[in-house]
Amino acid sequence: MLFWQILIDGFAISALYALGATGFTLIFGVSGVLNLSHGAIMVGAAVAAWAAASELGVGPYTGALIGILAGFILAFATYFIAVRPIQRSKVIAESEKEIFILTATLLWGIIIQEAIAYLFTNNAKTVLPIVEGVTTVFGVRTPKNEYFTAAICWVAIGLLWFLVNRTRRGKAVMAASMNPRGVTLLGIELSSIYLTVWAIYGLLAGVAGILLGMFLGVSSYSVGPLTASAFSIVVLGGLGSVSGSLIAAYVVGYLETGTAYLISPAYRTIPALLLLVVVMYLRPQGLFGRR
Amino acid sequence: MPNFVSSRLFWIGLLTVVVALVLPTYVSGYVLGLLTVAYYTAVFAMSWDLLFGFAGEVNFGPTFLIGVGAYTAGILDAHFSPGLSIWLCIAAGALAAVVGGVVLALPALRVSGPYFGLTTLVAVLMLQNFIVVAAGLTGGEIGLAVPDVISIDAKTNYWIALGFMLVSGAILFGLSRSAIGLILQASGQDKIQAGALGFNVTKHKLAAFVVSAFFSGLAGALMVFYMGTASVSTFVDVGVGVQIIIAAVLGGRRTVIGAAIGAIFLIGMGELLRPLGELATLIVSVIALVVILFFPDGFLGMIRGGAKA
Repeated sequence: MLFWQILIDGFAISALYALGATGFTLIFGVSGVLNLSHGAIMVGAAVAAWAAASELGVGPYTGALIGILAGFILAFATYFIAVRPIQRSKVIAESEKEIFILTATLLWGIIIQEAIAYLFTNNAKTVLPIVEGVTTVFGVRTPKNEYFTAAICWVAIGLLWFLVNRTRRGKAVMAASMNPRGVTLLGIELSSIYLTVWAIYGLLAGVAGILLGMFLGVSSYSVGPLTASAFSIVVLGGLGSVSGSLIAAYVVGYLETGTAYLISPAYRTIPALLLLVVVMYLRPQGLFGRR
Repeated sequence: MPNFVSSRLFWIGLLTVVVALVLPTYVSGYVLGLLTVAYYTAVFAMSWDLLFGFAGEVNFGPTFLIGVGAYTAGILDAHFSPGLSIWLCIAAGALAAVVGGVVLALPALRVSGPYFGLTTLVAVLMLQNFIVVAAGLTGGEIGLAVPDVISIDAKTNYWIALGFMLVSGAILFGLSRSAIGLILQASGQDKIQAGALGFNVTKHKLAAFVVSAFFSGLAGALMVFYMGTASVSTFVDVGVGVQIIIAAVLGGRRTVIGAAIGAIFLIGMGELLRPLGELATLIVSVIALVVILFFPDGFLGMIRGGAKA
């Protein structure tokens, strides 16, 4: 009983972690940008979905679409406000661009977070779920929404895989992540690749944010922890490796769920952090990272 | 004309110090209290700048060092209050931060870039978790009440904070201009070449970590005895670390002094805009973002009149 409970809950939360981390790792893999406004974008999407569905009363489906749109807009805003000006700057030394992008996306994340707090208060918000009701599987009563969350996450990840491996545009993105200079020599604009990647990212972060809002609820306080957990999953899996992030998301998800059920919810995040420390010590490039 | 620039900076600095010295005669205790916190934050930011600016590593964990110092001092005082002088507690806090710094540096220095950032971030999260879980010792989420304070007089606290900031600022600045600082800077820009020149990069970075930890821990411990309480949200939270990083970058990286200016600006602006509620942080962040995007050398770069390097 407890075993199945951990298995099911862990699966759903891990799927969500996986989706949340995928966009983050994609951006890093292609353009080397660590986007520290990630959590804020996810929460922004969720809050937009919540406001539309619950406050304006447009219903869960339209609400979800508005949330995804918000994720999209926020992702593009991040790129145009906090990332591109620095990438193109001639004043900032090449070696310092990383710290500047980190600081700028961090500030941008805080701006989004505070705007949310100002407009919608700090209270936790639960996005109106698309699927309601409870179902019993292996003797465990689970909200149907949990299965729905896991399913959508994997559909989204599957679509991403298809896009990257089977479409022309996706292959160009993949090529750019391996050799940006080579891609420009083939006559593909690097900046258009970046736009594609940020668009995909906005979509992934939007969907992840909404699902998170339906599953666990969000507030402006979730911004920091969300960014931190995506960051740690991505580093655990290996920066830039999408499959590494997926595996790491499951490792972290199950460690947390197992700890919460078997030991105490208070210790939830500790074993995953310890694991992270051990991995960083033995294998700094992460489990599946390339150096 | 670096001489002219540095001399102008020197005179501006001197003027600022004189103003800071005569300030208590003219302003209210409330303003002094605010500046006291700002001065301690300035030390946090300067310590961070020594590590980042000169070793080129993004340390997301300044609050790990601050928190270890603050909580060690606070816990010692809370448990052995009358018997133990608060100065011993403060010294113990600084020492604990140095030990914590070495423990953190050993694994952290083997990695670089984002991996270094994450290692230091994880250290903060671990400390935070520990404080919450070991609530019996640390006061947990509610915070730790510390029975003693340095002084209840706003002026005394102000003098101590100001003096501490000036002394540690002078030491950190001197260090950054010394041979050690130059080696750190070189290794931050090109680690391999610096190593090839025969400098032990790791040893110097470790030294920077220790110095940074010492001043962070000391400032954290002093601040505990100013506030009379230690809590996660004032000393350990990732958000506090973020503010320190923003202060240092905003003031001007690799300047040490800029970090102090940035910190005092952030605390001051946050307070000035406080009547606006949630909007205060928003506006401060917008200002910081604009400065970073348009004046990458920060406030100090602006004062230098755009004399770009």
